[in-house]
Amino acid sequence: MAIDAATVRKVARLARIAEPEERIEALANELNGIMTWIEQLAEVDTEGCEPLTSVVAADDVVTMGGDPARVTSNAPKSVGNFFVVPKVVE
Amino acid sequence: MSALTKMTLKAAVDGLAKGEFTSVELTKAHIEAVEAARGLNAYILETPEKALDMAAKSDARRALGDAGPLEGAPLGVKDLFCTEGVRTTACSKILENFVPTYESTVTSQLWRDGAVMLGKLNLDQFAMGSSNETSYFGPVTNPWRAQGSNKALTPGGSSGGSAAAVAADLCLGATATDTGGSIRQPAAFTGTVGIKPTYGRCSRWGVVAFASSLDQAGPIAKTVEDAALLLTSMSGHDPKDSTSLDIPVPDFTQFVGKSVKGLKIGIPKEYRVDNMPAEIEKLWADGIAWLKEAGCEIVDISLPHTKYALPAYYIVAPAEASSNLARYDGMRYGLREEGTNLTEIYENTRASGFGDEVKRRILIGTYVLSAGYYDAYYLKALKVRRRIAEDFDNAWTKCDAILTPTAPSAAFGLGENSNDPIAANTPSRPP
Repeated sequence: MAIDAATVRKVARLARIAEPEERIEALANELNGIMTWIEQLAEVDTEGCEPLTSVVAADDVVTMGGDPARVTSNAPKSVGNFFVVPKVVE
Repeated sequence: MSALTKMTLKAAVDGLAKGEFTSVELTKAHIEAVEAARGLNAYILETPEKALDMAAKSDARRALGDAGPLEGAPLGVKDLFCTEGVRTTACSKILENFVPTYESTVTSQLWRDGAVMLGKLNLDQFAMGSSNETSYFGPVTNPWRAQGSNKALTPGGSSGGSAAAVAADLCLGATATDTGGSIRQPAAFTGTVGIKPTYGRCSRWGVVAFASSLDQAGPIAKTVEDAALLLTSMSGHDPKDSTSLDIPVPDFTQFVGKSVKGLKIGIPKEYRVDNMPAEIEKLWADGIAWLKEAGCEIVDISLPHTKYALPAYYIVAPAEASSNLARYDGMRYGLREEGTNLTEIYENTRASGFGDEVKRRILIGTYVLSAGYYDAYYLKALKVRRRIAEDFDNAWTKCDAILTPTAPSAAFGLGENSNDPIAANTPSRPP
């Protein structure tokens, strides 16, 4: 499972992070080192083991809202309590 | 340097109650100490006007006989806790100008109980790091030096600003957070007291998210009693955090000073790592001897999956981080960079707004969650996490508490552990 330059480009694209071409090889090496080290998890017998996701969970309910001015107060661009986003449909 | 800043939180709260000094006097002394210690870079935002205003109101409340448990005590806040009207950055460029319109539950409870905010404390960017060197605002310097050396040391991380501020008497206590050691390791590196409470004790609402199934708030303090005081205020059920524990909060200070006689203390053999420095080995042996003297029974235990904890963490935490940090897209808040189309705006914003360590972890997280790898990595790590939890469940049938070193080394020099992805894989790095 070697991470090559093509994989780094694909993952960076998925993560929406522009990585300059000159960083790709170095990143591939770094990620390879980390992922190779992580491979040791394969040694652990997890047969019949339930994944441990979260220890507690309650109902997810809305507790606040109805205040668009506050919600948009940190927006890079906003008009009349709407977020202004770049045009995405021609 | 005023004697007012040298006090413990408990002594200060008692002194205020007796009328020996006012909160305004106490707060002024701390503001001066903070200004005099700017070289440490512990505070990335000082809020002296707000502090004096809160202190004056505290004194007024006390005059009316309406004093809370932390009434008038000046504290520092890790810049991962959202504070209403006060810039909150997670020490990142992408949130450099973010001003929350709401207050985190944990800090709101501190203010409810009368505390005063001195400012916002430095941390590793998005709490990712263990030396405070990934901060967009530069590293923090540990107020301590090694014996016979003047080399600048790290205070640890990610709560490096909190730990350094408490150690240097720049506040009476501080909030912190811990995902993979970010309270415990900096507390160990600065001779302060830190506790990562049970998950769910302190609400995560209003705390900038890193890895939600691991993130937990807690205090860094000068003494165990001070930590108990702070934790009592910070804890409690919060309907706004779906993982918040709905159980009563004890007054943790009531446990301080009680005898430990008869307790069984487990010593896990797997924590005896190779190349452990002699000084750490000695501290551990001293701790065992002290507990024996106090009447504890020392028992050998085994936590067989210990060596897999860090690689499992290195999948779970980045996976959750890659999801959590997807929100920083430059549209609703935070930095927005230019681009010729929407995707390019996202990519440029995130490339410019995140530091290298944050990007590295997002890439790892994205990779382990991507099609074809989810089961092999993420699911596997969650199963290993179950095995690790089972180790502890087994241990609790043999002992009441476990004694281990907090970190495998003492504080290291600034610059000795930064930006090396392989060093990133050594146990001193990951929080």
